[in-house]
Amino acid sequence: MSGAAIEFNGVWKKFVRGERFDSLRDLIPSLARSMFARNKGSGLRDKEFWALQDVSFRVGRGDAMAIIGPNGSGKSTALKLLSGILKPDRGNLAVHGRFSTLIELGAGFHPDLTGRENIYLNGTILGMRRTEIDSKFDAIVDFSELKDFLDTPVKRYSSGMHARLGFAVAAHVDPEVLIVDEVLSVGDYHFQQRCFDKMREFLHKGTSLVFVSHNMTAVSALCKSALLLRKGTPVFQGDVSTAIQKYHSFFEEETKHSDIEISAVRLRNASGVETEVFEPGEGLILELWITAKADVVDAHAALLIHTDDGQLVFDTATSRLIEKYKVKLRAGETIRIAFMLDMNLRSGVFSLGFTLTSEIEVPGQFIYYNGNIKRVVMAGERKSNGIVYLNPRAEVCFEQVPGDGGLNSVTMNR
Amino acid sequence: MNSAMATPGSEAAVWHQPSQEWVHYKDLLMMLTWRDIKIRYKQSIMGFAWAVLMPVLIVGSGLIVMIAFSTISGKPVNKMDVLSVAIKAVPWAFFVGGLRFATNSLVMNKELVTKIYFPREILPLASILASLFDFAIAGGVLVLILMAVQTGASIRLLWVPVYMLLLLLLTAGFGMLLACANLFFRDVKYLVEVVLTYGIFFTPVFYSASTLGKWGPILLLNPVGPILEGLRDTVILHKSPDLRWLAYSAVWAIAGVLVSWRIFQRAESSFAESI
Repeated sequence: MSGAAIEFNGVWKKFVRGERFDSLRDLIPSLARSMFARNKGSGLRDKEFWALQDVSFRVGRGDAMAIIGPNGSGKSTALKLLSGILKPDRGNLAVHGRFSTLIELGAGFHPDLTGRENIYLNGTILGMRRTEIDSKFDAIVDFSELKDFLDTPVKRYSSGMHARLGFAVAAHVDPEVLIVDEVLSVGDYHFQQRCFDKMREFLHKGTSLVFVSHNMTAVSALCKSALLLRKGTPVFQGDVSTAIQKYHSFFEEETKHSDIEISAVRLRNASGVETEVFEPGEGLILELWITAKADVVDAHAALLIHTDDGQLVFDTATSRLIEKYKVKLRAGETIRIAFMLDMNLRSGVFSLGFTLTSEIEVPGQFIYYNGNIKRVVMAGERKSNGIVYLNPRAEVCFEQVPGDGGLNSVTMNR
Repeated sequence: MNSAMATPGSEAAVWHQPSQEWVHYKDLLMMLTWRDIKIRYKQSIMGFAWAVLMPVLIVGSGLIVMIAFSTISGKPVNKMDVLSVAIKAVPWAFFVGGLRFATNSLVMNKELVTKIYFPREILPLASILASLFDFAIAGGVLVLILMAVQTGASIRLLWVPVYMLLLLLLTAGFGMLLACANLFFRDVKYLVEVVLTYGIFFTPVFYSASTLGKWGPILLLNPVGPILEGLRDTVILHKSPDLRWLAYSAVWAIAGVLVSWRIFQRAESSFAESI
């Protein structure tokens, strides 16, 4: 054997758009049609489209690969092919060794059964033997932190509890190959962290991982390589950070057919020097020159700041900053909009985005949207956690507790 | 889920060898059967009485039919006639229940079919096994009744497992086929309902095929017919079974399972996208 855990060789998969015949009545005309046009297999027929086109990759034993791409790029289809739920139309693929899928947590749960019963049910569905579940039962319960709810039917669980139990069962399958689809988006922060740790533990033990997520922080933390898909076609394969950069650039291209055009963007610091690197607390000036391709009536321009993994940090708009101002442009006119900010953000990479939203016609509809006009690097040491930087300082010295009439008694007496 | 290897260069990948899978997924079959049983009896007032209800209703309607017949012909209804209906009603209820349940099994487990891989045959088979559990309860009650009225026993009771196995195979064959058909065409379940509802008139349950005289064999062409008649012959009448009709049903049962399993496996690859 080649030492590969997963092989995907020139895989093609097609789907049918829209309604398929769902009742016997529709079958007869479709059978009649297929008798005249017979090209089963490779070609595309009416309403069909390729969900994956000629995708090849290979994941070695113990390696972790991410599959990233915008919605509808075929990531989940690739995972469903890997797990055997779907079969390819062309090409072939293989998964060597016992595998577990974290595609939808607790997909096999039955709402009327209790947590305990569902552990057995879901465990068996995921490929464990009964005896194996017996021996891992306590570990599963511990991980789920649902000891007190084991005899409660799962339908009374919150969605977070549901996900916790689902992950706990799936995490104990002890797979050689683990296939994960966007499961970190459920549950609270604490739970996400534990899932993340568990996946790292798997990698450490030599499990091979295929990971699909929109959370680029998680992607870059878990995987060294990535496959970037777009509309079912592989665009890039290789180093994870290059893949993430290319992924971000997809979204910029998307607003090319807007009513306005950004003719120029300039990013300067408080002293007027053009830069992308800022110290915490330093002033920032973002200037945009906007040219209208068609008339723009009563719109407002907004600035957005996102973290690298897509979390919104801050947004503001001209309508809130300049009283009674609305963007009005005739076709061909150009304006300059400048936003001034104090960058009280922790060190790391942030993206500055710009949107223009209409108030008339369809309120709230974007005339222009680009979540990543410029990227800003916040420099400085990391003195804190979290997203904002509150210029922290600390002071420590030996000193007696303030006595009678001190701080405590003052608060208490009043 | 153990090792799966695709043959390089093949047009499309060949997955999971079915024969190896079955050993591995035995636990899953048992677990899903247990789930189906459990769910049926959870939060229900009647509990196990459900299993007996259907056969009782069949025997009840059989009685009405028999009384009607006897009023016309002038022959009184005797104990043997009632027992004959009872021995046929219990397996017929299993056949109907199992098929009905199996037909819906894939669609009802949509979540599993689209999210997790395992051999899909398990779903209709688990439904049928769960119905077999109901059969066991109803069968147990029937045995108690037979003992109470002292129908007696004979060596011919050894035919019962043979007939039951055939009935199970027959149900499994039809069940897999119908589950598969219902996944693609949702009106199949309505069709199944109609056929099963009126099927009792085309099957010798209320009466025996011989009452129709020379047209009797037509009733036995329905492969369930000879099984029900055979059970009555061996258990109630202590007669030897009609081996030709037994063979006829056996051919249906075995060929049915083989053909429908084959069709099922052919169609399986498109279940997730067609459901």
